[in-house]
Amino acid sequence: MKLMNKILRYEIHNTIRNKWVIIYAFFFFFVGYALFAFSGDVNKAYISLMNIVLIIIPIVSLIFGSIYLYNSREFVEMMLSQPIDRKSLFLGIYFGTTIPLSLSWAAGIFIPYLLFAKNYQQFDGLIMLIIIGTALSFVFTAIAFLISIRQDDKAKGLGFSLMIWLLLAVIYDGLILLVVYFFEDYPLEKVMIGLSITNPIDLARIIFLIKFNISALMGYTGAVFQNFFGSMLGIFISIFFLLIWIVVPIFLSTKSFSKKDF
Amino acid sequence: MKNLTFDGLIEIINLKKFFGKTEVLKNINLSIEAGKVTAIVGPNGSGKTTLIKSVLGLVKPSSGMIEVDGENINNNFTYRNKIGYMPQIARYPENLTANELLSLVKQLRNSSDLNAGDLIKSFKLSDELEKPFKNLSGGTKQKVSATIAFAFNPKIYFLDEPTAGLDPVSSSFFKDLVLKEKQNKKTIVLTSHIMSEVQELADEIVFLLEGEIRFKGTIDSLLQNQKETKLERAIAELMNEAMP
Repeated sequence: MKLMNKILRYEIHNTIRNKWVIIYAFFFFFVGYALFAFSGDVNKAYISLMNIVLIIIPIVSLIFGSIYLYNSREFVEMMLSQPIDRKSLFLGIYFGTTIPLSLSWAAGIFIPYLLFAKNYQQFDGLIMLIIIGTALSFVFTAIAFLISIRQDDKAKGLGFSLMIWLLLAVIYDGLILLVVYFFEDYPLEKVMIGLSITNPIDLARIIFLIKFNISALMGYTGAVFQNFFGSMLGIFISIFFLLIWIVVPIFLSTKSFSKKDF
Repeated sequence: MKNLTFDGLIEIINLKKFFGKTEVLKNINLSIEAGKVTAIVGPNGSGKTTLIKSVLGLVKPSSGMIEVDGENINNNFTYRNKIGYMPQIARYPENLTANELLSLVKQLRNSSDLNAGDLIKSFKLSDELEKPFKNLSGGTKQKVSATIAFAFNPKIYFLDEPTAGLDPVSSSFFKDLVLKEKQNKKTIVLTSHIMSEVQELADEIVFLLEGEIRFKGTIDSLLQNQKETKLERAIAELMNEAMP
């Protein structure tokens, strides 16, 4: 734990000065500024922001995470020649990447909210958005790290990261539609719930939409979740599976990292 | 367990390493003597770096045992407190500075005997310490590597092609440093393709080819064996004998 904290401190120093992390913060600042200043209704701004968060955060976390770990290879070798165990080193690098990445975009939308949201209404919505986005950052950086450790070829690793994003962010919705269309005569609730826990982006969307009670945008899986479990239980179950999506890739990548030859 | 009396002795017993189906190290048995400079030489891809990395714990052996200074290195990381390592390629987090990296290593090693000051002066690094690594040249990064390896006064050194990126002034200073540590009875393991350098620094030679040790002994005994006066020729002959 102590060794991990030492690595973590230096990694945060390194990542927070990364130009892409700074650009990332500015991107969310300008989007947040435009939405909070001009949309008039904080709730509408949240919905637009949510759509951006669900698309942008997974892909940025995947790409940034894999490039970062590939570029850290020599540094990892150097650190491993020092008296430190592999688990502490890996977790130090992981949290040292995800924490600045999350702080970066969260600050990016928090500042325009403070400046432009009228009467600071719906503050809990902002907190919810930040928690969900942070959870997605943790999930997808962990997946990116897992890919980078298992795949030594940088080009293949990046391609694989992109494919995962495409599958979860784009193709998944099409698949849901197909399933609903072809099996409309069957009771699909349980199948839908099963499908949505396989997709962290869908889980994040469900939490957000149940919280804001936006049934029109909820999509099929969201509606099923709310009807099946009710609002509170629906949110808790989604959060539970989102946490599993964080813990499992971290566990698997720590294990792979401990066995890897450098 | 053997009773190891020598400070800084490295014992490698029946070490095998496979990468996929390729056997990179074929049953290596080697004891690297304490207080001496041992050069591991061999053509590219002969397994020199893999051998060094196995001792450092960077590569996990497929089978066999490694002891460093009497400690089994399996599931052990504290033994690396005794080791200073200089890698072949020096690349560091681009936004950190050399000063930050040095203090990170200092914290990890819990070491107070930091004699980095002299090294920084001799390598003329003082002006580079506060610049981020992305603005440093390859040679300067190599000097930072050397400083980190030598700053903590370890018992054992692993130097993987250490002078490859250094200018002549730094390179000769570096060699003096190695000779000084040799006088201090440190165990030094180095790899190099520059045979004059090996002849200048090393007591013992380990010649590695296709993952096997083909020769181990003093430089003099190798020269006598091959009836040569130049190490470069003696090694070249060894290679030719092995690969007709």
